[in-house]
Amino acid sequence: MVDHAGELADRVWQRYDRRERLIRYAVLLVTLMVVYWAVRDIDIFWPWVWDAPNQISSLGARMWPPDPSGLAAILNAMVETVHIATLATLLTIFVALPVSYIAAQNTTPNRFCLWLGRFILVSSRSVNTIIWALLFVAIFGPGVLAGILAIMFRSIGFIGKLMGEAIEEIDRRPVEAMEATGASKAKVIAYAIVPQVMPAFFAIVILRWDINIRESTVLGLVGAGGIGVILQGSIDTFAWPTVATILIAIVVLVLIGEAITSLLRGKVL
Amino acid sequence: MLEISNLVKRYGHDEAVLKGLDLTVEGNSVVAIVGASGAGKSTMLRCINRLVEPTSGSIKLNGNELVKLRGAALRRARRKIGMVFQGFNLIDRLTVMENVLAGRLGYVSLYQAISRRYPQADIERAFHLMERVGIAHYANKRADELSGGERQRVGVVRALMQEPEVLLADEPTASLDPRTSEQIMILLQSLASELELPVLINIHNVAQAKTYTERIVGLRHGKMIFDGAPADFNKEALDAIYGGIEAPDDEITEAPTRVGEGVSHDQA
Repeated sequence: MVDHAGELADRVWQRYDRRERLIRYAVLLVTLMVVYWAVRDIDIFWPWVWDAPNQISSLGARMWPPDPSGLAAILNAMVETVHIATLATLLTIFVALPVSYIAAQNTTPNRFCLWLGRFILVSSRSVNTIIWALLFVAIFGPGVLAGILAIMFRSIGFIGKLMGEAIEEIDRRPVEAMEATGASKAKVIAYAIVPQVMPAFFAIVILRWDINIRESTVLGLVGAGGIGVILQGSIDTFAWPTVATILIAIVVLVLIGEAITSLLRGKVL
Repeated sequence: MLEISNLVKRYGHDEAVLKGLDLTVEGNSVVAIVGASGAGKSTMLRCINRLVEPTSGSIKLNGNELVKLRGAALRRARRKIGMVFQGFNLIDRLTVMENVLAGRLGYVSLYQAISRRYPQADIERAFHLMERVGIAHYANKRADELSGGERQRVGVVRALMQEPEVLLADEPTASLDPRTSEQIMILLQSLASELELPVLINIHNVAQAKTYTERIVGLRHGKMIFDGAPADFNKEALDAIYGGIEAPDDEITEAPTRVGEGVSHDQA
C-alpha cells in the first residue's frame, strides 16, 4: 500500500506531449511571421494613420449639418435602389429554382446536370456583385439594367445553393407515395417536393431581398444605377453635407428593409 | 388476380434479397406476408408497383405483365395498385383533402393537379371514402395535425382513391399503438370484401396476421417457406420463419441501397 501511494505521487500529467508542444509553438511563430510580413509589406503611410482623428473631426465638421436640398432626388434614387433589389430578386427566382433542382443530389436527372448546376452556383457566388456590375456596365453601359443583372447574377448562387440544400433535406417518403399513385414527375414535384420546401423558399427569398437592398446601394459607385450614383457624384464634387444626407438615407433604408423582412418572416413562417 | 412468378431481386452484387418467389393472389382475399426483418417482404411489395426494380421474373396483374413496363405505361399500371405505408407517407403541409385527392394524380391533368381543380366525381368519391373511415370532418385540417391512426386512415383513403385493382400495405400498423393497429387491420379487412379487392399486408404481428387475414405467407431469406391458412400457422411454422434470428430491427426492412436516390430513380 505504501509503495503504491509513492507511485501515485510521482505521476505526472501533461495535456500535450513534446511533439505536440513543438507543433503549437511552430504554428504560433508562423502566424506571427505572416502578420509581421503582411504589415511590413502593405506599405502603410503611418503619419496619415496618426493624423486620422483630425481628419475625422474635420470631415465631420464639413458634413454637418446634412444638406436637405437634394432630398427629392435622393429619395427618387432610393426608390430606384429598392426597385433594382426587388426586380433582381424576382428574376433570380426563375433562374435559381431550376438550377437548384438540378444541383440537388436527390432530384438531379443525371451526373452531368448535377455538375452543371454546381458549376453555375459556384461561379455565381465566387464573383462579387461589384465585379458583376463592372462587367455588365461594360456590356450594357451604365444604368439600372446593369445593376439589376449584377445583383441577379450574384443572387442566383445564393438562392440556388440554399434551395438546393432545402431540396436535399426533404423527407423522401411522400415522394415515394406520389410515385406509387402513378403520378408523373411534374406532379410528384408539385405535390411531394414543393410543399416541403415552401417555408425554406420564402425565408431564403426574403433574406436575399434584404441583402440585395444593401448591395444595390453601392452599385452606383461603378455606375450601375441607384443611390450610389448620387453618392459618388457628391463625393467627387466635395459636397459633404449632401454625402451626409445620403449616408443617413441609406441607413434609414436598410433599417426599413430590416423591419419589413422581419415582419414578413414572422408572417410566412 | 395477381401472379408473381420466379421473382428475383438483387441489390448491386450482394446476395439476392428475393430468390425466385412465386405467389398467386386471387379475388378479394387478404394475404398476410410475415417474416423477419430483411426477409424481403418490403422488397417484394415494392417490386409489384416497381418502386423497386425486380432483377428478373414476372409479375402479372389481371393478366398484364408489370415487369417490362416503362414511362407512361408504368404510371398507368401504378394507378391500379394502391399502396399503404408504414410511415403513412403523407404530405404533412397539405390538407387531408389534398392528400386524399393526391391518389388521383395518375388520372388528372397537371393543371388540375396544381390548381387543385379536381373533377366533382373525385371530390365526391373522396368524401364518400373519408366518411367510410371516419375522417371526413378533418378534410380541411393539415395532415400533420392528425393522430397516427387518423393519418393511416388518410393513407388508406388515398390508396383507395386510385380505384386500385390490388392494395399493398407495407407494415401499415407498425407505427401505431396496439388498439389503433387493430382498428386499421379491421378496416383493411372489411374494405377488401366491400371493394372486392385483393390486399397484401406485410406484417410483423403474427397474432394480428392470424386474426385478420385469410392466408399467411411466410418469407425467410427471400424464399417462401410457408403458405397456408391462419389455422395451419403453428409453432413449427413460426420457428421456421423467425427461428435463430435476432430481435427484429425495423430499419433493415428498408432497402439500404435506395437511400438518397432521386425521385427519378425508376422513371424513364
